[in-house]
Amino acid sequence: MALPLHAPLEISFDYTRSLGPTLSRFMTGLAQRRIIGSRDSTGRVHAPPIEYDPVTHVASTDFVEVSATGTVLTWTWMPRPIEGQPLTHPFAWALIRLDGADTPMLHAVDAGSASAMSTGMRVQVRWAAEPVGSIRDIACFEPLSTSETEPGGEVEPVTMVTTPIRLSYEHTASPEETRYLYGLAEGRVLAQRCPRCRKVYIPPRGACPTCGVPTTDEVELPDVGTVTTFCIVNVPFPGQRTKPPYVHAAVLLDGADIPFPHLILGCPADEVRMGMRVQAVWKPREEWGFTPQNIDHFRPTGDPDAAFESYASHL
Amino acid sequence: MRAAVLGTGQTHHAARRTDVSMAGLCREAVDRALEDSGSTWDDIDAVVVGKAPDLFEGVMMPELYLADALGAVGKPLLRVHTAGSVGGATGIVASNLVRAGVHQRVLALAWEKQSESNAMWALSINPPFHMPLGAGAGGYFAPHIRAYIRRSGAPNHVGAMVAVKDRRNGSLNPFAHLRQAEITLESVNSSMMLWDPVRYDETCPSSDGACAVVIGDQAAAEASARPVAWIHATAMRTEPTFFAGKDHVNPQAGRDAAAALWQQAGITDPLNEIDAAEIYVPFSWFEPMWLENLGFAEEGQGWKLTEAGETRIGGRLPVNPSGGVLCSNPIGASGLLRFAESAMQVMGRAGAHQVPEAQRALGHAYGGGSQFFSMWVVGAAPRP
Amino acid sequence: MTDTMTEVAVVAFAESPRVRRNDSTTNGVEMLVPIFRQLFDTTGLTKDDVGFWCSGSSDYLAGRAFSFVTAVDAIGAFPPTSESHVEMDGAWALYEAWVKLLMGEAEIALVYGFGKSSAGLLRRVLALQLDPYVQAPLWPDSVSIAALQARLGIEAGLWSEKEMAAIAIQRRGLPESVEDLLEQPFVADPLRKHDCAPITDGAAAIVLATGARARELCERPAWITGFEHRTDSQHFGLRDLTTAASATAAARAAIGGNVDVAELHAPFTHQEILLRNALGLGDAVRISPSGGALDGNPMFAAGLARIGWAAAEIHAGRAGRALGHATSGPALQQNLVCVMEGR
Repeated sequence: MALPLHAPLEISFDYTRSLGPTLSRFMTGLAQRRIIGSRDSTGRVHAPPIEYDPVTHVASTDFVEVSATGTVLTWTWMPRPIEGQPLTHPFAWALIRLDGADTPMLHAVDAGSASAMSTGMRVQVRWAAEPVGSIRDIACFEPLSTSETEPGGEVEPVTMVTTPIRLSYEHTASPEETRYLYGLAEGRVLAQRCPRCRKVYIPPRGACPTCGVPTTDEVELPDVGTVTTFCIVNVPFPGQRTKPPYVHAAVLLDGADIPFPHLILGCPADEVRMGMRVQAVWKPREEWGFTPQNIDHFRPTGDPDAAFESYASHL
Repeated sequence: MRAAVLGTGQTHHAARRTDVSMAGLCREAVDRALEDSGSTWDDIDAVVVGKAPDLFEGVMMPELYLADALGAVGKPLLRVHTAGSVGGATGIVASNLVRAGVHQRVLALAWEKQSESNAMWALSINPPFHMPLGAGAGGYFAPHIRAYIRRSGAPNHVGAMVAVKDRRNGSLNPFAHLRQAEITLESVNSSMMLWDPVRYDETCPSSDGACAVVIGDQAAAEASARPVAWIHATAMRTEPTFFAGKDHVNPQAGRDAAAALWQQAGITDPLNEIDAAEIYVPFSWFEPMWLENLGFAEEGQGWKLTEAGETRIGGRLPVNPSGGVLCSNPIGASGLLRFAESAMQVMGRAGAHQVPEAQRALGHAYGGGSQFFSMWVVGAAPRP
Repeated sequence: MTDTMTEVAVVAFAESPRVRRNDSTTNGVEMLVPIFRQLFDTTGLTKDDVGFWCSGSSDYLAGRAFSFVTAVDAIGAFPPTSESHVEMDGAWALYEAWVKLLMGEAEIALVYGFGKSSAGLLRRVLALQLDPYVQAPLWPDSVSIAALQARLGIEAGLWSEKEMAAIAIQRRGLPESVEDLLEQPFVADPLRKHDCAPITDGAAAIVLATGARARELCERPAWITGFEHRTDSQHFGLRDLTTAASATAAARAAIGGNVDVAELHAPFTHQEILLRNALGLGDAVRISPSGGALDGNPMFAAGLARIGWAAAEIHAGRAGRALGHATSGPALQQNLVCVMEGR
């Protein structure tokens, strides 16, 4: 038995975050190289500001500017920074209480080495070259020196921030699915039968969804089947792989007990019918991999349509 | 033990609520629910939060960072996620905490801020080894709608009729995202065919929004100065997404949940005994499909109720007087909106979309591949 | 619910092997099928006997929306089941199931949690739990956040690197001495590799049963006498990071007397000391005989597993009263305590 197949899965999106009044105040301040905090009902000042009072729960309305210098309350050292962090060379993470604030902010300190870090050390903001109204306008903190950056002038209020989130995963196929993917790589359609209910699953399953046991007995299926139902996708959207319009159909391969999703081409979209008999059109062998995309699409066979009763229990 | 909805709150739903943060969106609903229920923050014993996939907002378990804004610090905080049915599940989990005698008063909140990303993207991420066919929820459900039309022999205009009714109902609801008093069958039928057989106007919007409900025990309900909505019955059922023989049109899990619900509520003839229904209809054709699944009509007959106008306000069974999911769809909140709107009907607080003298109402949600179902029945009076 | 409080007990527990990386898919099916079978074999139950299913998992751990949806295949969820899911550790799913049983809506519940922590870069994925406006865009990783907490406690004199190393040796059965470990480099100063739970793929599952059913299914059920959870603020300035007020509050409400053993969900060594203090556990209490999260930390299952291992101490007659603890969120933000006793 081949080991389960793995493949990378990337997830990437630039999230657009609207800020609301409190965070807008803070981000607008950053764009001016100023740090705006909020004062809560107990008199404590929080920088960054908090949106709702921790005691009364009402929205914050009392804003105060705090200093761009502060004190490290605790820290740790990041010897090998990971993607997206403020610095690409080793740096410290720290909770920093800015002068004029009572509670700390979390940020990076560019200190050169861990030995340069200590609790209680004084630090100052290093501003990004071109602030835009984002927490990353604070490029990082650095040990306090005498040089100061003058705040910038007035800017348009910042009401949105864009936050790119990119994550990389390793996707794993189940052992049963792996058998099927190896089959596809050889141009074969390998299903498996559930040992309890005897239904034939394509792809095979780590658990038969009705019995909760892995499918086992291998069944080779023909690449011919019946369209049970379908939709014509006309709508474009981010990340789409096939240019619309295209027909996304459920194809009940002969001998299977569950339809197999695929594309129908080879006839105008509006001629695709429930009950239409279709056959797989394989890509050239040299393009085959461990994927159902080895089948480029299904095309009509031209045979008479299957009777409704033959697929009615698969809708 | 008995439990009742003491009050509800919801946001003004919109495609992009760029005037608020995520916390601000949630608080708009929570503040209204606290006020409507006559509750203070200190009255709340626990907070139950529901939301659909975290990928929509790009925040992992956002209730953690929201704990302060939701007044949950020092209290129990639960996060429910049962796909599209999550709003309903949130209401049920919160009501269970009261009915089990664990808490006296619980805040349920469900929300989604879809404008932070793009739901079509998040729902169409294609994992390796699969056909890249994902085309959002519409691409998933359109084939099942086609199957329904074929099985029931329903005439093509039924879907458009639902769209017209719900959008017009939405125009009576000040919180609805889409409020289209002028919509007509002709305009629906001339809108773009997105996922054939589903047209643009038969499709739910993508919304930012939140809904909150305060659920109290019998003592809290009896002490309430305003009418409450007594929870008569709740039910949740699940089946797998795909399995050999799955009925995507009339799923067994929905039928089982409905049967359990009616039995628990003491209802034998739902069409006659339910005065208003808020049913999760993200694509217009799901109204007749769910009317059958819920037992309001025999299999294959649901479209006849719709076609005869019986699901309008004033009909035998007003369905989605609020405008429903077709008018507002903050995914995670949509189910709790159905539950809250059903409560508003029996509390007499539904405003311009009030069904006159509604005594018993249904709230319904479903999710995943028509596989997760959650529903409740609420009444103006306690269940005898 | 009846007038007399329904009694609920943990009657069976199973955990998948604690490994750095298993061959399961991110939807957990391949981890869940064997442990469900183990539970059914132990109890003689079948899936049809289970009145309520509840699970805990995370979409971000799997990198997919609705990742938990396919997990219900492992149940064999047809005919349809009564089922629910929390986007939390399975320990909170157990809480939801406990409530369901208290209500009398079911007699037997099967609760599971699963996580394929190895699918992504775990410490980076968990950065997305932080404030999305002013923290997450900096990608502060979960190990660094724990390290900020660890230093605060060290400098406050609440724990030391030596004590932390001693805990690592105990929980993981390490052959090294404390001195050996302290010579190791920092992963995130003051945390060394031994201070951090390993990245673990895995699943855990528990069977709950009420009254008479529990006695039928288990010779010595672990009766739940207190089950409480609370949350703290996530804001690092609005909570004292050297303790966990939420853990203290949950323990005060749940414990009611001494316990013989406590299974603590402490993914970092200093957090075990923090929790012992916060939960008010004296020196006589045996801590995490299973090895705790430090010996294997399958995300979204490890908290549930702690309750399972605590119950196992009662099942085996090694404890009269046992405490299972679970945590969620950065730096022990959310805490749950389940106290059980054998009779």
